[in-house]
Amino acid sequence: MKYIYDLHKTMLDKDLILVYEGEFTQEITKSVLSMAERNMDAYGEESSTKRKVFNVMVECLQNISKHAEKFEENSMTKNNAIFMIGKKDHAYFITSGNAVMNNDVAVISSKLEEINGLDKDGLKELYKSVIKNGKLSEKGGAGLGFIDMAKKSGQKLRFDFEPIDESLTFFSLKTTVPRKK
Amino acid sequence: MKVLNLEGTEDTPKIILDKENGVFEISGRSLPEDSAEFFNPVLEWLEEYKDSANGETVFNFKLEYFNTASSKLILDILSKLEAVEGTKVVWYFHEDDEDMEEAGEEFSDLVEVPFEFETY
Repeated sequence: MKYIYDLHKTMLDKDLILVYEGEFTQEITKSVLSMAERNMDAYGEESSTKRKVFNVMVECLQNISKHAEKFEENSMTKNNAIFMIGKKDHAYFITSGNAVMNNDVAVISSKLEEINGLDKDGLKELYKSVIKNGKLSEKGGAGLGFIDMAKKSGQKLRFDFEPIDESLTFFSLKTTVPRKK
Repeated sequence: MKVLNLEGTEDTPKIILDKENGVFEISGRSLPEDSAEFFNPVLEWLEEYKDSANGETVFNFKLEYFNTASSKLILDILSKLEAVEGTKVVWYFHEDDEDMEEAGEEFSDLVEVPFEFETY
């Protein structure tokens, strides 16, 4: 059972304060949010930092519960995905990993590239144009999640794709929220 | 008109729409699973209200947090208010919450409704 100790050490080593793996639903989203909030309260975190982390977390968790593809056929759970929060002296890291269809990779990555190419005012304009002209998707998304994560964090979004099989790709996303000193 | 009164929960805001007493307010947190479904009664209520609106309508947004799907619906609510004569939106934000202040400014750019900003 050494893996338990290893996992624990990895978490400490990577400064992870919260890791959740499994099914993502609205109920689980609420629980994860309240755990993270309590965690930040315990550290006496600045309220503006807390709000930004909360914002990014909600978009990240709701993205997973709306869009993640099921990828372990034998698994009992749906939307197998991972969500983690790391905390260092200077910043929080909100990370997620979930499967997406191979066909969607190009769309996701071009959206993220576009967002990363914009400055604060550019993001504001993009946000306004999407909210004004866009429609809610069938899944209830407004197409604003990534833009909002970039706006609130003020940082570039980091992302990566790892092939899983002929139809699926694992999508990792990391948002950094600087801590207000 | 019937009063629309919804108690807030951990993921939905408190809403009061009361024509008779002139109270129009959305407050708290908004991150429902299905924001379109959640806000539909508000949009329907406003659709009915606009035909028999009070001389003055002061609509208070006192949100602590809302997700991006809710922001789309907030814009729909504001668009409905454009059709209500004598409407003013009061956008409350916590004094150190620049993001909420900015969100209000963005909405005010998008609709033809007068906005006032208040801190709490």
